[in-house]
Amino acid sequence: MLELIVFSLLNGLVYGLLLFMLSSGLTLIFSMMGVLNFAHASLYMLGAYFAYSISAKVGFWPGLVIAPVLVGVVGALIERYGLRNVHRYGHVAELIFTFGIAFLIEESIQLIWGKQTMDYREPEILSVPLFTLWGTDFPAYKAFMLAVSIGIFIALLLVLTRTRVGLIIQAAITHPNQVAMLGHNVPLVFTGVFGVGSALAGLAGVIAGPALGTFPGMAAVLGSIVFVVIVVGGLGSLWGAFLASLLIGMLQTFAVAVDYSLEDLFAEIGISTSKTSALSDLYTVTVAQIGPILPYLLLVLILIFRPTGLFGKREV
Amino acid sequence: MSTAIELIDLYKSFGSTEIIRGVNLAVEQGERHAIIGPNGAGKSTLYNLITAKYLPTAGRIRLRGEDVTGCPPYEINRMGLARSFQVTNIFPRMSVFENVRCGMLWAMNYRYSFWRDVDELDDVNARSRQVLEDIGMTSRADVPAGVLSYAEQRALEIGITIAGGADIVLLDEPTAGMNRSETDHTVELVRRITENKTLIMVEHDMSVVFGLADRITVLVYGEVIASGPPNEIRGNPAVREAYLGEEVD
Amino acid sequence: MAVANTAAPGRSSFLRRNAIWWAALVLVVLLPQVARSGTAIAVLNQMCIMVIFSLSYNMLLGQGGMLSFGHAVYFGLGGYFAMHLIQLAGGAGFFMPLPLTPIAGGLAGLFFGLLFGSFSTNRAGTVFAMISLGIGEMIAASSLIFVKFSGGEEGITADRTDLTPFFGHRFGSEVEVYYLIAGWMMLSAWLMYRFSRTPLGRMANAVRDNPERAEFVGYSQRRVRLLSFMAAGFFAGIAGGLFALNYEIVTEETVNLVTSGIVLLQAYIGGVGFFAGPIVGAVVYTLLQTLLSNYTEIWAFYVGLIFVATVMYAPTGLTGIIMMHLPIYRVRKLRTLALPYLKVGVPALCCAIGVIGMLELLHYLSVRAVGQSTKRLFWMSLNVEQPTPWIVFGLLAVGGFFVARRMAPALVAAWEAASAQAQGRGER
Repeated sequence: MLELIVFSLLNGLVYGLLLFMLSSGLTLIFSMMGVLNFAHASLYMLGAYFAYSISAKVGFWPGLVIAPVLVGVVGALIERYGLRNVHRYGHVAELIFTFGIAFLIEESIQLIWGKQTMDYREPEILSVPLFTLWGTDFPAYKAFMLAVSIGIFIALLLVLTRTRVGLIIQAAITHPNQVAMLGHNVPLVFTGVFGVGSALAGLAGVIAGPALGTFPGMAAVLGSIVFVVIVVGGLGSLWGAFLASLLIGMLQTFAVAVDYSLEDLFAEIGISTSKTSALSDLYTVTVAQIGPILPYLLLVLILIFRPTGLFGKREV
Repeated sequence: MSTAIELIDLYKSFGSTEIIRGVNLAVEQGERHAIIGPNGAGKSTLYNLITAKYLPTAGRIRLRGEDVTGCPPYEINRMGLARSFQVTNIFPRMSVFENVRCGMLWAMNYRYSFWRDVDELDDVNARSRQVLEDIGMTSRADVPAGVLSYAEQRALEIGITIAGGADIVLLDEPTAGMNRSETDHTVELVRRITENKTLIMVEHDMSVVFGLADRITVLVYGEVIASGPPNEIRGNPAVREAYLGEEVD
Repeated sequence: MAVANTAAPGRSSFLRRNAIWWAALVLVVLLPQVARSGTAIAVLNQMCIMVIFSLSYNMLLGQGGMLSFGHAVYFGLGGYFAMHLIQLAGGAGFFMPLPLTPIAGGLAGLFFGLLFGSFSTNRAGTVFAMISLGIGEMIAASSLIFVKFSGGEEGITADRTDLTPFFGHRFGSEVEVYYLIAGWMMLSAWLMYRFSRTPLGRMANAVRDNPERAEFVGYSQRRVRLLSFMAAGFFAGIAGGLFALNYEIVTEETVNLVTSGIVLLQAYIGGVGFFAGPIVGAVVYTLLQTLLSNYTEIWAFYVGLIFVATVMYAPTGLTGIIMMHLPIYRVRKLRTLALPYLKVGVPALCCAIGVIGMLELLHYLSVRAVGQSTKRLFWMSLNVEQPTPWIVFGLLAVGGFFVARRMAPALVAAWEAASAQAQGRGER
């Protein structure tokens, strides 16, 4: 039991921080521009594919740096030449636009790299177990992912609190309409934030690729989950996004580990259940099986009962 | 005469700022009532409280003797109270004719009907044409409301408001931003359409107020300092003071 | 933009007013006589189902201002319920002719529309979009979990010919099924059209335009949205029921987000501001999907390109573009646009050929077998390892783009001149 808890905790942490790397950029973009970027997870996927191609030529480490930069450039271009033009048609049009971009990126990845899973691997130095507890290995690569995520989190925190640009961004998050009056070049800040947010998504893709697999469906796996994170965390709150990332990360890893169903509960309190009824699925289904549903249930509940999110100050 | 609208000890604060501070007011049926006051007196807030856009912090609102405090706007409207907006508030992507027609569907008892063709509702369409005639927009019937000029949109705004035939009409600065002839035109229009109805309006233009109103209520800093017929208000020293030399007549 | 929904008051004769419907009916009846092959009929069946589905989607987006990312929920659940009814009736042998089974799908859609709509239609905009996404993900995931109901990944199947014959028809042949589906399509489309012209339908437009004002003329914006949402769910369920009887299998794919995305794509490409928009979108999308995929593996990429281009440059969709030219056609000035169109069209076509050529070559690089280097494209054999094809396509693409862009202002000017004339004529 202890083994289960420790490893679920570690895996939840790795997964949660990865989610944060993705959602931090998304929540900044959403808070400042009011745009829920559907293509964010696609940029994450793009990061993994770029890194795969680069690592095949020059190795993992250069890819770790170059791929996110490339993704950042792609993101900035999308903002500058796409989103900005669609802006005049309103938020719904922007949402539809980013949805189209997500579709397009996914299709172009299949166009260039094909449908099969890429053989994108961690560097050899990290493909060893870091430590072994109760006979289970904890891979060094996961520790590396953890280190990168924490590094990014700290860097982000420093940039946002210690630099001029960071202060402008903070102001723009809480009062998006007033920053323009301060005389800053807001469009440029938007492009910049979009680019950096995309680069962070790309970086998440680069380090997630070897661990979670590099395949055309990898964006769909996380695409809606990052929305859950930023809605649950709340608009305009990086801390909210951080805590929500960890919450979702833990929720999913722990749920996977729990093989318990209503039937088991009934059995313990002495009720026997029929196996043949059409509703039998309802109580034979285990917590592990409904794990994937939980984040979305949370999303819907939050939007109904607390549209500001858990830590946000503004409504969606 | 019976009371159309009664406000009892009405309070409204936004955060810690108290905007409306204990307003008591009764408007009789068939009366044309104007609410005036200097900038920041809380006229618009009071207006929005009566029409249920805002919820009062304390106090009650009665509509023909019935307590309607906290009712949603659509229920207030169904009880026969219609309002216009200071900032033009129309259905921009629909035609002028559709705008007016939408204004009366509920009042003419078609509610959420999903089996009748709107073009075959002869009573509604005849009335819509009548309203367009009244507001002088018959020739613009098929134009999308979003492309109308400002004065036209204001007229349409009034058209939507009166379309349902509500017998209590509230108008928020119906002549705001209009030139002299447009204003005169609008006053004439308002006089005609509120025949035998209760009218409550917020207005800045004193010539409009004194030309139309049977009774005037003066609001200063969220409190009623005077309420009475125009002659009485014109001579009231407290009102003159509140306006600090502003031309009251 | 959406003024096409506006009808001038007054009546005209029943026959004339419904002329376009009679024409559509004749077309639908005659089509299988023209396109006789099995594949053609299959394409038509799919098209009809998608027309209903897209029209139901537009009750939300175009008419009600609700952007949904989870409309497939009602389509798919409708499909599952209709399929269960077919299974049940086939097994138990009670009276249930096949043409009635889509109603089960519709009722399922209506019920779930009420269930999910009751809490998701409180607001429009981003909140609604996000809730619809959440529900979409939940139902898609559930359909893989509750295997007894959904059959898991394999889905559920049934034999439609087991049911009570309908005036002697057992619907064994594709053509019989076509007439069944097409009949439902005509009926559904007509009902949805009627709906858009009822007091509720008009108030749905009003709530889309200005929810606050709608409340002050007596309507609860929530109730209006909920009722539209339920109606949209009903017709999506009908489409799902037709899907079930046509393919005799319903899987998780019918409820998932991809299907929800496709219906958004179809409706938007067609034009959400017009009643006919989603019909155009569904027809075009189905044709692209079924015909284009014969020629290229990356057809979906082209559809994505068309979609993004529509969002950026033609938000009124294909129907909007057609409608822009209607007044000009009426005053017979379309001819004045021919030359400007040619001047933009030819370079644009060159650009398209260049882009398509490069994309196809690029794709070939990733899928070719070892040692292969020749790609058949545009009736030519091209060697991807030679630089020539790349350079030629590149030049076509870049050159075409710049020439077309240079010519574009002249086209816009010509269009504006012609439509100014059309307007002048209209007012006189």
